[in-house]
Amino acid sequence: MMHAVELQNVTVVYGSGTPLEKTALKDISLKIEEGSVVGLIGHTGSGKSTLVKLLNGLQKPFSGKVSILSEDVWKDPKRMRWVRGKVGLVFQYPEYQLFEETVYADIAFGPKNMGFTGEELDKTVRSAAKFCGLDDSVLLRSPFEISGGQKRRAAIAGVIAMNPKVLVLDEPAAGLDPRGRTNILDGLMEYKKQTGSTMIIVSHSMEDIAKYCDYIYVLKDGSLMMEGSAATIFSNAEGLFEAGLDVPQITKLFIELKKRGLVERTDIYTINKARQLMNSLLGGESDAK
Amino acid sequence: MLSEITLGQYFPGNSVIHRTDPRFKFVLTIFYLVLIFMAKSDVAFLFVLLFTASIILLSRISLKLILKGLKPLVFIIIFTAVINIFWISGETLLVDFWIIKIYAEGIASAVFLVLRLICLITGTSILISYTTSPVELTDAMERLFSPLKKLKVPVHDFSMMMTIALRFIPTLIEETDKIMSAQKARGADFESGSIIRRVKAMIPILIPLFVSAFRRADDLAQAMECRCYMGGEGRTRMKEMKANPLDFIVTAVMVVAFAVVLLLNQLTIAFSI
Repeated sequence: MMHAVELQNVTVVYGSGTPLEKTALKDISLKIEEGSVVGLIGHTGSGKSTLVKLLNGLQKPFSGKVSILSEDVWKDPKRMRWVRGKVGLVFQYPEYQLFEETVYADIAFGPKNMGFTGEELDKTVRSAAKFCGLDDSVLLRSPFEISGGQKRRAAIAGVIAMNPKVLVLDEPAAGLDPRGRTNILDGLMEYKKQTGSTMIIVSHSMEDIAKYCDYIYVLKDGSLMMEGSAATIFSNAEGLFEAGLDVPQITKLFIELKKRGLVERTDIYTINKARQLMNSLLGGESDAK
Repeated sequence: MLSEITLGQYFPGNSVIHRTDPRFKFVLTIFYLVLIFMAKSDVAFLFVLLFTASIILLSRISLKLILKGLKPLVFIIIFTAVINIFWISGETLLVDFWIIKIYAEGIASAVFLVLRLICLITGTSILISYTTSPVELTDAMERLFSPLKKLKVPVHDFSMMMTIALRFIPTLIEETDKIMSAQKARGADFESGSIIRRVKAMIPILIPLFVSAFRRADDLAQAMECRCYMGGEGRTRMKEMKANPLDFIVTAVMVVAFAVVLLLNQLTIAFSI
């Protein structure tokens, strides 16, 4: 199987050779399978943003190799635009990058740079807007007069419109209300499902990570501290606390229940899993509301 | 790339020059500038060079940083030198080739001017920007210009505006970096194409930058009002500026340097006659 993203012994050093030298990432190796949803967690300053920038060539590795869809990102600088088109990167608070006169024109900025024209351009803009839950009336308005949640959607649509094979999102739902959060993340999952692309989500919300990700990487001080499925990662609560992170609320509940000797398992990280476990404990009935 | 600007930057420290009252530093810098231009004879100028070197040593700022600060001005320095070498005529002809005539006087004056420029830049940047924090600097200016308040000049408001402007330079640089990354991720290209294309490519950076600058200004104004900022009227300071013995010693040193330059100027004239 082809890997969507592959990092081989990547190290990133900022300000190398000056007194302010700082190693942001130390010897990172990872392989992300095509079509998977990967979560990236770590406390502030653990190197998440640097890792994200590596993926589409905004950051050059000090040593090591970064490959996207089995192609070395830094082999040919002329292919950089290809890389940027394949790896869509949505930064934190992306609404601050909006600049065009209409939402439509802003979403079209990325695909235009990638060489989309005419009908193809129109189609990709409209489908991206749909994935992000923006209707046609919003498309013709100025990006500076719509609501904060809509701005976020417009900015994310601007990246999705490039039809990236790998979509990297840095805190896509930060600062949104609960409904906005679910809507945006569900829309992104819909995009993933329909196009078979790979998703990498950076978030501080353990609930979101637990709900959507198949595989999780934990960064601590520039190194990979843990990796594994959601069940493996969240059953190691001590490790996460040590990395300055947390477990989902529901997992905390089960840790407390175990302390009191009421349940055995603590690898419960979503409400659904908790419901199933409770049902089986209560005698296998399935009428949970 | 944008973080490499050192000219006009503050390097925290605890040297004699860092501790001198910024008001004194401000006035003394003006004296220092006069001093550089007063030195007419070679010996007097040599003294000015030594004086500048001792300022560098006293400030304990590394030579590397100072040289880095000179980098953006290399072009002006070379330009001045070239003009002087080729355009000044004198008595001792050194090179006479086709239409190029180079005189010893030209070279001497080029060396003089280049050294003067370097003294000017390093001296003022050490005395003012490298060793004085922006807040101290604007405070000092407010105090120095406070007599103008009698003429209804809004001195406090100007100094507050300067403080805010200086405070936001690094923030805006960071913001520019972020916006550039975001637009690059959408395939924007800032490095290739004709000049018109490159200017056009700046639009996706400038518009978000201006929008966010206005937003920040709005937020800041509200935050200041929430903390009851009403302008300079009746405002007290956390750090009162008070002249201490050190400031008077530094001033005395400057006065002595002045006297020495004047004396050396006179002496050399006397000797040459």
